[in-house]
Amino acid sequence: MADNPTVEFALRMGDNCLVLGQNVSAWCGHAPVLEEDIALANVALDLIGQTRMWLGLAGELEGKGRSADDLAFLRDVREFRNCLLVEQPNSDFGQTLMRQFLFDAWHHPMLKMLSGAADARVAEIAEKSVKEAAYHLDRSTDLIIRLGDGSDESHHRMQGALDRLWRYSGELMAADAIDEAVVGPGLGDIEAQYKDYTSKVFGEATLTIPEAAFMQKGGKVGLHTEALGHMLADMQFLQRSYPGAQW
Amino acid sequence: MAALATHLSIKEIWSWLEDVPDPEIPVISVVELGIVRDVSLDGAAIVVTVTPTYSGCPATAVIAMDIEQAIRKHGIDEVRIETQLSPAWTTDWITESAREKLNAYGIAPPEKGAACAGALRTRTRIKCPLCGSANTECISQFGSTPCKAHYRCKDCLEPFDYFKSF
Ligand SMILES: [Zn+2]
Repeated sequence: MADNPTVEFALRMGDNCLVLGQNVSAWCGHAPVLEEDIALANVALDLIGQTRMWLGLAGELEGKGRSADDLAFLRDVREFRNCLLVEQPNSDFGQTLMRQFLFDAWHHPMLKMLSGAADARVAEIAEKSVKEAAYHLDRSTDLIIRLGDGSDESHHRMQGALDRLWRYSGELMAADAIDEAVVGPGLGDIEAQYKDYTSKVFGEATLTIPEAAFMQKGGKVGLHTEALGHMLADMQFLQRSYPGAQW
Repeated sequence: MAALATHLSIKEIWSWLEDVPDPEIPVISVVELGIVRDVSLDGAAIVVTVTPTYSGCPATAVIAMDIEQAIRKHGIDEVRIETQLSPAWTTDWITESAREKLNAYGIAPPEKGAACAGALRTRTRIKCPLCGSANTECISQFGSTPCKAHYRCKDCLEPFDYFKSF
């Protein structure tokens, strides 16, 4: 673990964006309707843009001369600091969307709070990203409600996705000393906002939050599920096989 | 030629940048778009400070290159483009002249003062740039480029782009 908590924190934020952005981008050309294809590609693009800012900051503060690209393409799975939620596979459109919503509902208030962070470099990345996250949350909220409270088939798929993914939502809010050092004392507010917002939206979507409350975690300290290794093997293949390749 | 920069006025350099079109919406310039935040001289070098529209916008790199070329074209060798994140770009910085040009080009200009950070799940009535009707609907908040949403006019039935407030 890096000595500077901001390095570790920027890796967490950046890796969340990178892993989710890479997963979402795989939908390009495969989405159920054209508008969603475009929306997914745009969301992925925003997330990759945010990745460059966070990993750029992490590399700079770390002081070992590693660029955002070096961090994205040349670290192994145990060095990734994203939460488990974002590495869960795309599966069907319902699961992709549920993963997005569970992330956006945390990402937006988190960035809003970080816009006032003591570290100006963290604050300016958050200030830039929060506006994009607002549109992401707007879209995922809208679709969760429409598909949850939709046909029998769409309701069934959204409930199934919520049952599978809810257990990964707790890690987003499980703060440790690193989060506290960078974000400050307001972290509890984010958890309260998250619970409030998600239960309101799931109520409108006629979806039920699973009762079994055991929350999986580990991603933030580098303990990942199998899915991340598969994703990285694909994403990092070119740089691993042809080091330094450019286009 | 490098010494030339010192004889220039900052105003003159701004006027060159007014001729640099946005690569995705060529009817407006990068200055009208509000992304050029500062022009200054650092010795013999011209420093242009630019702020990105969306963090992943593919046009950002093209814009930096276009600005550099536009200045080099006037015989300046030393040009530096610096990126500034804060204050974050907002569509409120798009000039009045650009709003009219966007509308004439078929893109509904952004609502003012509606920058989105707190305005979730609201849908304002956007005027159709083709027939002027306000009887329109949002198809998707995500359109052909990161900065645009996809709308449809319920009167003339044409689809159109809305430059969403940001
Ligand atoms: Zn019309």
